[in-house]
Amino acid sequence: MKIHEYQGKEILRKFGVATPRGKACFSVDEAVKAAEELGGKVWVVKAQIHAGGRGKGGGVKVAKSMDEVRQYAGQILGMQLKTHQTGPEGQKVRRLLVEEGADIKKELYVGMVVDRVTQKVCLMASSEGGMDIEEVAAHTPEKIYKVFVDPATGLKDVEAGDVARKIGVPEASVQQARSVLQGLYKAFWESDASLAEINPLILTGDGKVIALDAKMNFDSNALFRHEDIVAMRDLDEEDPAEIEASKFDLSYISLDGNIGCLVNGAGLAMATMDTIKLFGAEPANFLDVGGGATTEKVTEAFKLMLANPKVKGILVNIFGGIMKCDTIATGVVAAAREVHLSVPLVVRMRGTNEDIGKQILKDSGLPIISASDMADAAQKIVAAVSGK
Amino acid sequence: MSILINKNTRVVTQGITGKTGQFHTKMSKEYANGANCYVAGVNPKKAGESYEGIPIFASVKEAKKQTGVNTSVIYVPPPFAAAAIWEAVEAELDLVICITEGIPVRDMVEVKDRMRKAGSKTVLCGPNCPGIITPEEIKIGIMPGHIHMKGRIGVVSRSGTLTYEAVGQLSDLKLGQSTAVGIGGDPVNGLKHREVLELFMNDPDTDAVIMIGEIGGSDEEAAAEWYAKECKNKKPVVGFIAGVTAPAGKRMGHAGAIISGGKGTAQEKLAVMEACGIRTTKNPAEMGKLLKSVL
Repeated sequence: MKIHEYQGKEILRKFGVATPRGKACFSVDEAVKAAEELGGKVWVVKAQIHAGGRGKGGGVKVAKSMDEVRQYAGQILGMQLKTHQTGPEGQKVRRLLVEEGADIKKELYVGMVVDRVTQKVCLMASSEGGMDIEEVAAHTPEKIYKVFVDPATGLKDVEAGDVARKIGVPEASVQQARSVLQGLYKAFWESDASLAEINPLILTGDGKVIALDAKMNFDSNALFRHEDIVAMRDLDEEDPAEIEASKFDLSYISLDGNIGCLVNGAGLAMATMDTIKLFGAEPANFLDVGGGATTEKVTEAFKLMLANPKVKGILVNIFGGIMKCDTIATGVVAAAREVHLSVPLVVRMRGTNEDIGKQILKDSGLPIISASDMADAAQKIVAAVSGK
Repeated sequence: MSILINKNTRVVTQGITGKTGQFHTKMSKEYANGANCYVAGVNPKKAGESYEGIPIFASVKEAKKQTGVNTSVIYVPPPFAAAAIWEAVEAELDLVICITEGIPVRDMVEVKDRMRKAGSKTVLCGPNCPGIITPEEIKIGIMPGHIHMKGRIGVVSRSGTLTYEAVGQLSDLKLGQSTAVGIGGDPVNGLKHREVLELFMNDPDTDAVIMIGEIGGSDEEAAAEWYAKECKNKKPVVGFIAGVTAPAGKRMGHAGAIISGGKGTAQEKLAVMEACGIRTTKNPAEMGKLLKSVL
């Protein structure tokens, strides 16, 4: 699960990480009022969307007067902000963060993820802040320092201090940087984050260490123990189809192609998508119905796929193990009837009660195309969609 | 022979009283030598009771003491599953197979750290995996037993139904399996491809291996590089990686199946595997045929 920058900063502050003073705003008037309350001479108006790269897309502006705060807030609120992470259609801006301006002397980078190889939390830090860290990692990996944190002790004083010095924090500010890094680690660990990033972490003219940005993602498996984080979820930032799917315990992701696929199991679902591509077409979605698919679930899955106007055909690929093929076949037939299916449907079923399942499809009188294996199924749906 | 489990393995089910645990324990008990293999269950509140003739004990330690189990299978719900793994480790079992899906990553980081620091010899398989099967001897997990056939091909995979797909193709070609291991789709887990590959390389009754991976992480690359260095030409290995079409940054169902920071793409994995002498296919319908072609 993702949250906004201002929410990430709220969490970081709880763990002792300094951030600029600021306020989340939902209208231009609120933005102006927030700037007045903050006082000072310079304010930053920042679009709050879940995607990164907001600055380059015109979603972050520095205002030097109240008029400019009003002007920029008006420009940014409601805009379709396009960044390298939003896709070409962009994301509508519905929230702003108005902050006091900061005196930036140096920009640093710090981030955290769980490293799969060492199975520990990895702290990554670099003197090259403010930039695209993936670029730094690709071209100058020696500028990224890593610490693999012992889960029993947490990030130690000596480790945090060492990293701070390596990324160019002057001696007078090392203690502050150390507590920022340790605070970030605690925030990451205690809130079950899957990613935490401060880019940039700045050194100010008077030697302060401040988080100018905050990005946090959370482990969805751990949300059951974090009601406060669940409350930060912003459904406007999520794909409506994916939200709808999650209500029915379906794992669904929208893609750009025109062949809908319904599969049981994540690995088999990906393999089915790959097979469609192998035979020259593109999948419209990833959809895993899971192990316990009922008629209701299959029907909802069909509705989801068909709600996408790009879908010109559907491929169902089921390897029935515990779940029996006749159950799936009954579900497919019922779903096809309920949604008045008007696009070609290819079904490939394998496993328990395969023959009964195939007979059910055949007896339904529906124009369902049966396939013997995954490749056959992919070829048949690609042919049907492209008009043979 | 086989790897990890055989007809002499004795199993305790942790979470035997839950719906999933009951269903799969019954199915597993009915498979091959299951009636002799499934000898204990655990539930601290139901000690002294039984399920399907299997006695229930208060703890894994007690179950081990009373029945001599050496392996555990876990169906405990996600919030309590890591503690269940630790209980099996403390009881010094040889193998723990954790089927549970949805365990918080932090819990797994903690339990794996404790296992390392304790110098534990217990092997963990999973979590979020279908389990392990040695056909016609024993099935521990949720896979459909009837698609398997006894034989000399090893199967190792991160995904459930895709493993069944490979097994089904092999059985159709009359190529039986020595053991099929589902290592699971979570980012922090027990057995990795490399370790399972090593077990198969050292198993006199395995002639060749199918290794099935997916996007995310670098386990497949590590296994391929180990194979090239230690075992090339010993036994043929073929592979498939799911997720060529998966976009970066989107989690494809499994918690571990995500391309992040430009790492863990299917293309990259396939290239490393090929360079290490592992033949790969981009057509998942041809995994079995590819394996047959290298025998």
